[in-house]
Amino acid sequence: MGASGLALRLLVAPRPGALLRAAPTLTLVLFLGPIAAGLAGTALPAFGFLPAIGGERLSLAPWAALLQAPGFAASLQLTLTSGFAATALSLGIVVLFCAACHDTALFRLAQATLAPMLATPHAAIAIGFAFLAAPSGMVARLLSPWATGWTRPPDLATVNDSAGIALVAGLVLKEVPYLLLATLTALNQVRAPALMRAARSLGYSPAAGWMKAVFPVVYPQIRLPVYAVLAFSLSVVDVAIVLGPGTSPTLGVLAMRWFSDRDLALWFPASAASLLLAVLVSLAIALWRMGEAILSRLGRRWIEAGGRGGGGGALRLAGAGALAAVATLSLAALLVLLLWSAAGPWRFPHALPSSLTLETWRAQAGRLAEAFRATATIGALASCGAVALALLCLEAEHRFGIEPSARALWLLYAPLLLPQLAFLFGLQVLFVRAGVDGTVAAVVWAHLLFVLPYVFLSLADPWRAMDRRLARSAAALGAGPWRTFFTVKLPVMLRPILAASAIGFAVSAGQYLPTLFAGAGRITTLTTEAVTLSGGSDRRVIAAWALAQALLPLLVYAVATAAPPFAWRNRRGLAVA
Amino acid sequence: MKPMLDRRCLLLGALAAPAAVRAATPDHPLLHAPWTEIVAAARGQTVFWNAWGGDDRTNGFIAWVNDRVSERFGFRVQHVRLRDTAEAVARVVAEKAAGRLEGGSVDLIWINGPNFLAMKEAGLLFGPFVDRLPNARFIDREGKPATVTDFTVPVDGLAAPWRMAQIVYVYDSARVSNPPRSIPAMLDWARANPGRLTHPTARNFLGATFLKQALFELTPDQSVLAAPATDATFDAASAPLWAWYEAIRPYLWRRGQHFPENGPAQRALMNDGEIDIMISFNPSEASTAIATGQLPPSVRSFVLERGTIGNASFVAIPFNAAHKAAAMVLADFLLSAEAQAHAQDPRVLGSPTVLALERLPPEERARFDRLPRGSATLSDAELGRPLPEPHPSWMTRIVAEWERRVSR
Repeated sequence: MGASGLALRLLVAPRPGALLRAAPTLTLVLFLGPIAAGLAGTALPAFGFLPAIGGERLSLAPWAALLQAPGFAASLQLTLTSGFAATALSLGIVVLFCAACHDTALFRLAQATLAPMLATPHAAIAIGFAFLAAPSGMVARLLSPWATGWTRPPDLATVNDSAGIALVAGLVLKEVPYLLLATLTALNQVRAPALMRAARSLGYSPAAGWMKAVFPVVYPQIRLPVYAVLAFSLSVVDVAIVLGPGTSPTLGVLAMRWFSDRDLALWFPASAASLLLAVLVSLAIALWRMGEAILSRLGRRWIEAGGRGGGGGALRLAGAGALAAVATLSLAALLVLLLWSAAGPWRFPHALPSSLTLETWRAQAGRLAEAFRATATIGALASCGAVALALLCLEAEHRFGIEPSARALWLLYAPLLLPQLAFLFGLQVLFVRAGVDGTVAAVVWAHLLFVLPYVFLSLADPWRAMDRRLARSAAALGAGPWRTFFTVKLPVMLRPILAASAIGFAVSAGQYLPTLFAGAGRITTLTTEAVTLSGGSDRRVIAAWALAQALLPLLVYAVATAAPPFAWRNRRGLAVA
Repeated sequence: MKPMLDRRCLLLGALAAPAAVRAATPDHPLLHAPWTEIVAAARGQTVFWNAWGGDDRTNGFIAWVNDRVSERFGFRVQHVRLRDTAEAVARVVAEKAAGRLEGGSVDLIWINGPNFLAMKEAGLLFGPFVDRLPNARFIDREGKPATVTDFTVPVDGLAAPWRMAQIVYVYDSARVSNPPRSIPAMLDWARANPGRLTHPTARNFLGATFLKQALFELTPDQSVLAAPATDATFDAASAPLWAWYEAIRPYLWRRGQHFPENGPAQRALMNDGEIDIMISFNPSEASTAIATGQLPPSVRSFVLERGTIGNASFVAIPFNAAHKAAAMVLADFLLSAEAQAHAQDPRVLGSPTVLALERLPPEERARFDRLPRGSATLSDAELGRPLPEPHPSWMTRIVAEWERRVSR
């Protein structure tokens, strides 16, 4: 961690004011440097160049090998269809729900349940969903044999299907809460209530009014999150391992398989596949952008036609139903994990285990505690680091009047718009060369790349909305800028800071590929272990690990929510902030 | 994929030709030090044991080993759980390529077959160290030749055996009364019971073994399997296998379009009643799984009339391992009667020992006499003498050909 050590020394050096001014730039270097280097380190082997394993000349051979790999066409097709389907479906559900239910009590309920849904890692939800939907899963058990007549599981591919339907479903469960949160944040910025009042006074039904007056101004605000979802769905590996097909898997899984083969020559086509993923994601975003243009033209015609929309009872039901299905499935996924982790023998088609036991937890306790500790340490370091960097950047922004540009926002989103595979391999090569691979520091840094954008985005709005008169009053009373920062701004910002830390922690705890690549397989977290086990192990053991993986970020989230009211119980103004 | 495959086959072929012993580290001081010094050097180290982590019982066994050695020898065992053993091989190769010639991150690998051959031929192994281990004298080299010849490849003391494996098939006697006792009979059975048989994906060693067992029985001349496969011998010898496989595949679970990831995933299918017959590499799989509630009490084992393939599992130490002393002591502990008897206990692993029991002191031998034999385990006579593994190149080619056939 040489560069960050340097940054740290610079930041605590004697003239903090001048160095604070450099904080945004330093953060970008710390953050985009490894990504750029990692991308180059993946692109070179994609064209045959990696002298350490005998690739001395640039060539197209890796691409030829990739194109001729068995099942490549099917993999490519699956990657594209599942990526687009998951994104379109998630966005569709969110828009439907917002349009149909924005004025109901359900909307507030959804807001309250969002955060815990977001904090649950992808892999845990995917594993729980598989336990629900598999032919021998909970749904089939509850319906058998009385309704289905099945005394043994049906020979149906309800998970790991070659069309990727289960994969899409698993992704939707996680992407809907994320997009909904992004939409809710955007709604606060566009003065939606005023727009809706105007639309209602012109006689528009709630749903039509929302679609015609609010959605067109909200969408530009959630465009980047939508692209991030598209990029993620196209390139995800852990969910695809759990729910996607094993033969002709997605491109990401195929690349991962080759990266871990004992034949290092396979690193070349694996790098090519990773680079191809990056190209696919860029093309997909461009295609989506074109779709936006077409839809907005059609939509304008629809808006100008002036239809006021109908009663909307059915629509309301559909919107609420879709979101309720997502929330129920997520919750059921966690409950079925809990049940399996405490199950004795449990054969199909019994709806409940024949006995309950803590034997699984007892047998796994040692390993779980170890992975729990590693996950917590890495998550705490990564989220604290990210919060510190974000605060310094925001403070610099405040103090020196730096105006964040739209380009900066794109840069911040870079790690979320690029497939992880596209730069993690290159990054690993760098880490190996520097002799730091397999260390906690390397893993924390790799996590930071994904934690920082989320932390920054969640802190930026509350920070920028902070009442500037507070700082001015403090200055008028004689406090220096740093004293104001520590004794006025930070306490006022405690709630958003803790919320951002919890988000950062959840992001870190859910990371699979960055842990694998930077940790050299020696750093085991709850996520890497749960995904490893999910391929095949006693279901009770998988359940215990997946549940532990889900519980840790939820626990941190609960603490982050409970702490500010406790800390400010004697400050009336802050306690209810 | 073709150029890559060619490259890999070329590599394997070229390396397999001159079978000279290529120990990477014959002059390493640890290979000449007295055992007491090695035990002293091991104290305080942490052995990163890279072992396939998909089987919970093996994971439990490794945790038990950690408890025992930390108590007795004062070093720790950290189980690095792999999805595939090849990951650890790749890591060592990558470290060598990056110039990390010592202080490597892998101390011990559970290994055999193509992975062992690849490491041995690339000079990536520490040793020969096996004869430096005090317990090595109890290894049953004559009775269990797989302990010194792994997949036809001489081990040359570069890897220490720690458990024996032999193919058995497990069936649910509540649903199957007459299990098929030959590979052709298996096809007839599958036709009559569509969807009730599968095998792990061939990328997993157990899945590849399912195909190797069929190859062994169907191939016209078994003797070619002992030599490295060439294009000519492979095509001729494997043609009947693929004819059989294409015939049986539509009758496999999920119509042969999907396969469980590994043995434990296959076992879950068996427990759910999705399949009726499964392959296992552990002769006491049925008894052990009944004892742990992972399979119903009605499961039993069978083997094929013409015998089944067997092999040994080894542990090997990479040339650049950071903690060689502790890795050696660990390999020796795995050969102790205590560890071997624990592994053979059907309530733990049920893996047959690699030791010659008659050579053990009576009090050590008694540990084995006390072990229960599960009701679902075959006797040694029923199990029969294991058939030898083909040369690793057969496995590598079978996996590649299978991949080509099942990928759409």
